[in-house]
Amino acid sequence: MTTTGTPTSTGTKLIRKDFLSSIDPRWCAGCGCYGVFKAITSVFPTMDVPREKFAIISGIGCSSRFPYYSNTYGFHTIHGRAPTVAMGLKLARPDLSVWVVTGDGDGLSIGGNHFIHLMRRNPDIKVILFNNQIYGLTKGQASPTTAVGTKTKTTPYGSNDIPMQPLAMAIASGATFAARAHDSDNELLTEVMTAAARHKGVAFVEVMMNCVIFNDGAIESITSKTTRAENTIRLRQGEPIMFGNDANKGIRMGKDHRPEIVQMGQMAGGPSKSGLMVHDVTAFDSSAAYMLSLLSSPTAFGVFRQVNVPSYEQHYEVSVDPDVDKLLRSGTTWTTGEDGQSRPVESSKQS
Amino acid sequence: MSHKEKVTEVKSSSAGRSQKEVEELDQIVIRFAGDSGDGMQLTGDQFTTASAMMGDDVATLPDYPSEIRAPAGTIFGVSGFQLRFGGSEVFTPGDTIDVLVAMNPAALKTNLPSLKDQGIIILNEDAFTPRNLEKAGYTSNPLEGNELQKFKIFRANIGKLTQNALTGSTLSPKQVDLCKNFWALGLTYWLFNRSMEPTTRWLKKRFQSKPEILDANLKVLQSGFDFGETAEMFTTTYAIRKHETKRPGTYRYVTGNTAAALGLIAASKRAGLKLFVGSYPITPATDILHELAKHKQFATIYQAEDEIAAVGSAIGASFGGALAATTTSGPGLSLKSEFLGLACMVELPLVIIDVQRGGPSTGLPTKTEQSDLFQALWGRHGECPLVVLAASSPRDCFDITVEASRIALKYMTPVIVLSDGYLGNGAEVWRIPGMKDLPEFKTMLHTNVEGFKPYLRDETTLARPWAVPGTPGLEHRIGGLEKEDISGNVSHHPGNHQKMVELRAEKVARVAQEIPSMVSYGDPKAEVLVLGWGSTAGVIKEAVHALCEKGLPIACAHLRHLNPLPKDLKPFLKKYPKVLIPENNMGQLWYRLRAEYLMDFEKLNKVQGQPFRADEIEAKIMSMLGGRR
Repeated sequence: MTTTGTPTSTGTKLIRKDFLSSIDPRWCAGCGCYGVFKAITSVFPTMDVPREKFAIISGIGCSSRFPYYSNTYGFHTIHGRAPTVAMGLKLARPDLSVWVVTGDGDGLSIGGNHFIHLMRRNPDIKVILFNNQIYGLTKGQASPTTAVGTKTKTTPYGSNDIPMQPLAMAIASGATFAARAHDSDNELLTEVMTAAARHKGVAFVEVMMNCVIFNDGAIESITSKTTRAENTIRLRQGEPIMFGNDANKGIRMGKDHRPEIVQMGQMAGGPSKSGLMVHDVTAFDSSAAYMLSLLSSPTAFGVFRQVNVPSYEQHYEVSVDPDVDKLLRSGTTWTTGEDGQSRPVESSKQS
Repeated sequence: MSHKEKVTEVKSSSAGRSQKEVEELDQIVIRFAGDSGDGMQLTGDQFTTASAMMGDDVATLPDYPSEIRAPAGTIFGVSGFQLRFGGSEVFTPGDTIDVLVAMNPAALKTNLPSLKDQGIIILNEDAFTPRNLEKAGYTSNPLEGNELQKFKIFRANIGKLTQNALTGSTLSPKQVDLCKNFWALGLTYWLFNRSMEPTTRWLKKRFQSKPEILDANLKVLQSGFDFGETAEMFTTTYAIRKHETKRPGTYRYVTGNTAAALGLIAASKRAGLKLFVGSYPITPATDILHELAKHKQFATIYQAEDEIAAVGSAIGASFGGALAATTTSGPGLSLKSEFLGLACMVELPLVIIDVQRGGPSTGLPTKTEQSDLFQALWGRHGECPLVVLAASSPRDCFDITVEASRIALKYMTPVIVLSDGYLGNGAEVWRIPGMKDLPEFKTMLHTNVEGFKPYLRDETTLARPWAVPGTPGLEHRIGGLEKEDISGNVSHHPGNHQKMVELRAEKVARVAQEIPSMVSYGDPKAEVLVLGWGSTAGVIKEAVHALCEKGLPIACAHLRHLNPLPKDLKPFLKKYPKVLIPENNMGQLWYRLRAEYLMDFEKLNKVQGQPFRADEIEAKIMSMLGGRR
C-alpha cells in the first residue's frame, strides 16, 4: 500500500500502516504526542470505515500537526477553531468519521466557546484533547490547565490562574461520551480511543501528557510506575471504584455528599466492597461522572460517561431533490400575460 | 386597469363610484406610519402587493424602530413603511413622500419633514388625545395650529369607524382596535384606485381557521373603502398612468434579504451540490437566515455559536463538498477575517454575504451604509485577495448571489457579496427566473486519482482541484500553512511563497474574464459620468434620468464587481471629462480607483445612515457642470 493513495474502499483489510502519511511525525523526542498518534492510528483500521471516509481536523499547536502525519483527509485549520470546521463538515457530510485533534491552549483557551458548544450539540465527532498543561509551540507559556504555581515564561513567579478542568467542562456541557487517558499507558489509550470511536455522538477524550521541553514532569506522579497505582483510579463499567497498591482503597459517597477515600479494611462490616461507588457510564444523570472527573488525588482514568441520544447531524435531513422552481414561486405571486394584464397565481404550499 | 372595471370587483355597499375626479399620476410615494403595534408593515406589504399585481412597478422600504418594543405612542416607537408605485420603472422607494398615513401624533411628527408641500395626510384623529400629543412631544395640537396648512389633510376617526364597522362582533375591544390598519388600507385602496382583491384573497388564506377575525378584517377593509366613496371629504381620487407594461412572466415582490436566501438555494440546485449556510444572528442580515431556516428541505442551515464558528462551519462544509455560505454584517465580517485568510490559503469555494450597516463598532445597526468595502477588499492579514461583488437592488441580491456562487465554485475562492440594510430590507417587484434560465454551473468535484495533486491548477481559471473527503485514493491534507505549488505539501521555501502569493492573486484577477463590459445609461456624450456601486444604483439612475430629461449631458454606470474590477473600466472612465463617485462612505471606491488607475475623480459622500436622495446627487452634478447652465 502506497501512502499517496490507492483506493481502499475495495474491501481489503486496512492495517495501521495504511493510515501513515509519507511524512514522518516530527514532535520532540519523548513527546507524549507520539503515543497518542500511535493509539489513534491503531484504532482507525479496526473501525470498519474506509480510509477515505476519515477526516481529521485540527487547530494550532503541537497536537494540531497530527493531520499531516495521517494518510486520511485532513485539515489543519486556525487556532481554536477546529470544532467549527468539524461541525460544518459533519453536517454537510454525515457519512464521514470526523476527528478533532486539539490541545489545552487551542481547545480550551482561544477555542473555549466552540468546545462548549460542540459538546452540548452532540454531533458524531471525536474530540481528542492533548493536555500537557503548557503552550509548547509558542515555547512555554502558561495554558488554561497549567497548575497553580508553575513557572513558565509568562508566569516567572508562578501561575496564579486556577486551572480549567476539561473533562468536567465537557461533562457539564453535556458530552455524551467523556473519557480520560494518559500518554504512558498504551492499553488505556487504546481502550478509550476504541470506545470513543464506537460511540455515536460527540466523544471527548482528554489525554494527559508530558511536555518534555517546557513542562517536564508535570504529571509524573500519575505516570510513574512506582506511584501510578496510588495516584490513579481505573474506571471500569459496573465495577466498584477502587485503586491503590493491591487495590486496597475505594471511593464512596460520604455523609456530606462528597466522595471520600476509604481503606478497604476499615469499611463498616469488614473488607466489603458493598459501600463503594459502582461506576456506571450509562447513567443519564451526569452528576457522578462530573464528580469523578474532578478527583485529583487520585485522578480517575477510563470512560466516565457514555449515553446514547440521537446525534446532532441526524436532525438535519435534506430531501433528495426539492423543487426550487416551486420554492421561488411560493407565497403571493402573479403572472403578467402577453396582453400586459396581471393575474394572481393561487399560492401553493412550498414543497 | 380602468376605473370602472375596478369598481365591479369591489363588494361595495354603494352602487358604484360617485362622480369624483380621477387624477392620473406617473408615480406616487406613500408612507404608512404608526406605532410599532399598529401593523404598518403588514399594511404596506398589502398595498405593495395590490399595486404590483396591477402591473405597477414598486419599490419599498420599511423603517422600523431600533427598539424592539419602544413605549407606545412615542416617536421612538414609530414604525413606517414607504412605497413608491408607478407606471414606468421605479428606481427607488422615493426621497420625499406624496401621501402620509399617520396613525398617531408621533407618526405625524416623525414623518412630516419628508412630506412634500401640498402632500396628502390621512390621519387617525382618534389618536390625537392630549396624552398621545404629550408622548409625541407636541406642546399643542398640530391639528389646531397652522403647521399643517401647506398640506391636504384628511382626518378620520379611524378607531371609532373601525368599532362602528364591527358593531355586534364577538371580538374583544383590543382585537377590534387591531383591525384599524385595514380600515386605513381600505381607504387608500379607494383613494388610489387599487383592487382589494389581493388583500381579501390573502386574508381568506391567512385566517382560514379564524372566521371571526377574517370577517372583521374584511368588513373593516370595506368600511375604509366605502368611507372614501361616501364621505364628502375627497373630491379627487388618483390613478397611475401606465407607460410600460411588464414583460410576460411570473412575478412576486421580494426583499433583498429574501432574494439572497433564494439565490443561494437556486445556486446550489444549479450546481448540483448540497447547500450549507452557517450564520450567526446580526442586524440587518438576520432575515437571510430566517428565510433559509424555513426551507430546511433545501439546505443545511446552521445557527452557530458565534460569527467565527459560522464561517468555520461553512469552510468545513466546503471542504466536504457543499456549496457553503455565511451571512453577516460588518462586525461579523471583522470576526470572520482570520478564517477568510484560511479560505484564501486552502482555496475552497465560499460565499460570504455582508449586509452592511453603519459603523464602526456597533454603530447604527438598523441603518444603511456602504463602509465595508475596504474591509471586504483588504481587511485580512497577509496578501489575501478575495473576489468582491456588490448587489445593486433588492432583486439583484438574487442574481449576485448566484453569480458569487458560480465564481466561488469555478475559481475555488471565497467571494464576498456586499449588500446593505437598504437593499436587504427594501423590496421590489421581481420577475421570477426559472432554474433553467440561470447560468450554467460545471461539475467541480474531482474524483480522478490519476495524476492528482491538491494544488495542480486549471490552466484557465487557476482553480485547484476540489477533492473532497470520501473520494477514494485522493486522501490529502490542507491547512493554513503555506503550500508548496502543485503538491500542496507544507513549504517554507522563500521562492515558493512568492510564487504562491502571486498565483493566488492571479487567480482572483482572472475572474475579470467573467465580467461583462461596462455599459452606461444616459447621454453617450456625457460631460459627467456618475459611477456607483451597490445600493446607490437606483438613486443615481433616478438623478441622471431627471437631468437627461432636462437635456443635460450626464450618464451613469454601475459596478457589481469590485474585485477584480472590469477589465475595461479604466478606458471606459477615460472617455468622460469628469467622473463623480457618490458613496455612503467617505470615499472607499473613489480611493480604490485613484490608487489603481492614477486618475482623479470627484466624490460625494453621505454617512447618515440614510441612502442618498436624488436631489443631493443632482445638486452635486450641477456644481460639477460649473453653473454654466
